[in-house]
Amino acid sequence: MAEKITLSDLNKTLSEMNVQSLEGVKIEGDVEIEIDAGAGGVGPLFAYYFGQEAAQIAMQLIKFAKAVGYPVDALMQPVALAQAIAPAPKELAAAAAAVPAFKIASTLASAKFAVGTDKTWRLPIQEVTIGATKADGGSRGHVVKLGGEKAMPFFPDAPMPHNPKITMDVFDMPIGMAKAVKMHYEDVINSPAEWAKKAVKQYGADLVTVHLISTDPLLKDTKPQDAAKTVEEVLQAVDVPICIGGSGNPEKDPIVLSKAAEAAQGERVLIASANLNMDWEKIGKACVDNGHVCLAWTQLEINSQKELNRKLMKVAKVPRESIVMDPTTAALAYGLDFAYSNMERIRLGALKGDEELTFPMSSGTTNAWGVREAWMVRSPNKDDSDWGDRMLRGPIWEILTGFTLAMAGVDIFMMMHPQAVAYVHEITQSLMGLIEAKTPDTASWLKMEV
Amino acid sequence: MKESSPLNLYKQLPQTNCKECGEQTCMAFAAGLIDRTKKVEDCTPLIKEKKYAKKLDTLKSIVSPELALVLIGTGEKQVKVGGEDVMYRHQMTFFNKSPFAYDVADNMDEAKLVERVKKISTWRKFYIGKWEQVEMIAVRSVSDDPAKFAACVKKVMETSDYPLILCSFNPKVLRAGLEVAAKNRPLIYAANKDNWQEVAKLADEFKVPVTLSVPFDLDGLKSMAATFVGMGLKDLILDPGTAPNGKKLQESLLNFIKLRRAAVEEAQRDIAYPVMALPINAWLTTQDPVRAAYWESVLTGAFVIRGGAIMIKHSIEAYSMMPDMHLRFNIYTDPRKPVQVKPGLYKVGTPGPESPVIVTTNFALTYYTVESDVASNSINAYILSVNTDGIGVQASVAGGQLNPTKIKEAMDETGFDWKGQKYPAIMLPGMAAKFSGELEDLFAGKAKIMVGPEDSGRIVGWMKDFWPPK
Repeated sequence: MAEKITLSDLNKTLSEMNVQSLEGVKIEGDVEIEIDAGAGGVGPLFAYYFGQEAAQIAMQLIKFAKAVGYPVDALMQPVALAQAIAPAPKELAAAAAAVPAFKIASTLASAKFAVGTDKTWRLPIQEVTIGATKADGGSRGHVVKLGGEKAMPFFPDAPMPHNPKITMDVFDMPIGMAKAVKMHYEDVINSPAEWAKKAVKQYGADLVTVHLISTDPLLKDTKPQDAAKTVEEVLQAVDVPICIGGSGNPEKDPIVLSKAAEAAQGERVLIASANLNMDWEKIGKACVDNGHVCLAWTQLEINSQKELNRKLMKVAKVPRESIVMDPTTAALAYGLDFAYSNMERIRLGALKGDEELTFPMSSGTTNAWGVREAWMVRSPNKDDSDWGDRMLRGPIWEILTGFTLAMAGVDIFMMMHPQAVAYVHEITQSLMGLIEAKTPDTASWLKMEV
Repeated sequence: MKESSPLNLYKQLPQTNCKECGEQTCMAFAAGLIDRTKKVEDCTPLIKEKKYAKKLDTLKSIVSPELALVLIGTGEKQVKVGGEDVMYRHQMTFFNKSPFAYDVADNMDEAKLVERVKKISTWRKFYIGKWEQVEMIAVRSVSDDPAKFAACVKKVMETSDYPLILCSFNPKVLRAGLEVAAKNRPLIYAANKDNWQEVAKLADEFKVPVTLSVPFDLDGLKSMAATFVGMGLKDLILDPGTAPNGKKLQESLLNFIKLRRAAVEEAQRDIAYPVMALPINAWLTTQDPVRAAYWESVLTGAFVIRGGAIMIKHSIEAYSMMPDMHLRFNIYTDPRKPVQVKPGLYKVGTPGPESPVIVTTNFALTYYTVESDVASNSINAYILSVNTDGIGVQASVAGGQLNPTKIKEAMDETGFDWKGQKYPAIMLPGMAAKFSGELEDLFAGKAKIMVGPEDSGRIVGWMKDFWPPK
């Protein structure tokens, strides 16, 4: 917005006011001042010359006043005024020079971007195979490979040799589930074999995990040999590699998992899991004796993880290529920060050379459904904005919990919701460059209609 | 700041231990500078006394963050963008959570525009004692008409005081927006290879931060940054391109990682500016709004974790805002601070003789969740926060950090007067139900032990069914 005042305008104004005496008076020159009010501020030199212009107007007006007979010299001090319009003092001119006037570059500079790799990463993650085909003494249609990374996931330093895998949960008895999950399994909830088939055929599971939770003495207290039969049924129903989980009861799990390991001999399953609070040695030995992989589970503590890994290797004699770690998944909004940083530290520690940590990692991503935001109909807090549709909220909780930990280095995810499985597959494979798609013009969001 | 030894910062301090900063010694102040609990400006002698001018300059340059800090907006709602020092959060912490700017468009009709702006700027969710909220609004010029854009920006400013991103590649449109909004220091998006001279002029004239958009060309981006710095424009945000799918998506993430590494691990100051991510681009890949919102969340996750310092987003559905906000909160939580509350007895509302005593742990997430569930339902109660070393209920029951003896001792320490209670009773967390028998014995009739719900969201229903006790 520019405001202009000229002496001609002033003349005009005065004449409109019927000041007759203006006629015959000659005004020397004309002064025009423009003030641009849009700028963020004015520099010292600009301010000075602006003042000078204003003073010049004053001088013109004084001359004008004299011409009409006003005793200016007697009543005012034109000497001081005259000084006021002298050239800018030296120090002011120097200050102005320190604020250079903005000058648009005529061409773009020419710079090259380069960045190195992380030279501290020197050990690869152990490669671990789950499942055995006929050639290897098992009956699986294919095997899955985990690990082998030489860099943090999706980093430019080295490509990931294998994409993250998803094993879908199957339970040996009906359990409580969030509504958004349950609707997908209601028809198979009483048959682990049918459940496993659905997970593989319909939902694209890379593996399935059969959780033998009914063995818990507080639930059905199913006998280990009966639980082992369930494992056999699942092995018959699907030909993907499988994982076998216990009930979490520290007394009974070593017995149940040992029996299950025998039943699955030669199939190279992932046994979930050995923990420092139970007879980990028995579980480790069952893995060694039957050719399985042992999941080493600790609770968000890197030193416990090292201790358990060490004990499994040194005491139970589990070979390096038969260990996967589960450092615990605390879900989104429920301690994910701990789980994320614990896993990231473990993976970085391994790459930097800690041989007790160079193993693939597993995440119990299904834990996401324990977070109230994943399943509650509405917020218990009345001051919260509306929580929206929980059927849409739940799956995304599982997606983000899993994907975040993929960024920290997880190689295999235990998951439940079919859509969550699909999205974690899609984003991890996208970030490995494995998915072809026509990419839209990335500037077109600016004008898109949505 | 690469410096990790307080001694090297101490050398640049007055070393008089004057205590004006609130610390006992200059060495303690130096340590505070390292963990960013203190600012250089807190050392008044250094700032005021001329003889320290050189030390002040040196110190300022040592403590300046590896990744430049850019301020957008003014006053209380001003956002800090960038200013980071580390590649991985556990190395110290990430300091300035990436502001989420949700978009509005200048071709929306006024009622819809106002409704959307209101929804964006009033959205909130309680989490660990804080309100999660949106930080910014991005105004897109779909019309490409300066007058329409200016009118839209004006309407947004009348409806909300959130800082703005003015989005257009047309300098005339940007100028029209700036004439309305410049005094609130918006970010402009963006200078590109076609318009950079005119946009640079605007950034200088209106003294606002500016985004440099050079997608999928890091040489070009660095050249543009160097050019702007050469013109004296230093409040820069970089847009290296956010592809929503295909191999270009992989390239996008790789570029974010490379830029962050160059800034914080290799101290390449000429490219060390905050990077903008555009999860909104998910909406270019599908017509299905649920699919778009889900994919936008996934992209948000990728870039929150790997260096996106500011983001433009679209979905304001609760099912995507909630997880995105929580993920950002989790990643930007300071891992150096234990997330605990002080153990002890807390009053919620105005509890009296007829109120229950609710037991929980001192894990901040647990405590604040219980507190907000009680408070927001206008229940008057005492909450006993037991010291479990900041471990939640389920894990501390399993790990032994929460046990009957500990609960009894914690209660005794508060000196609570059970005799003054009309219904002397303790509500145990449902997940600690197995302690009820032992606790009954420990309290020996002084207080009744009641098993509460497994989730504190159900305390309100539990109170209806079980309180007062019969």
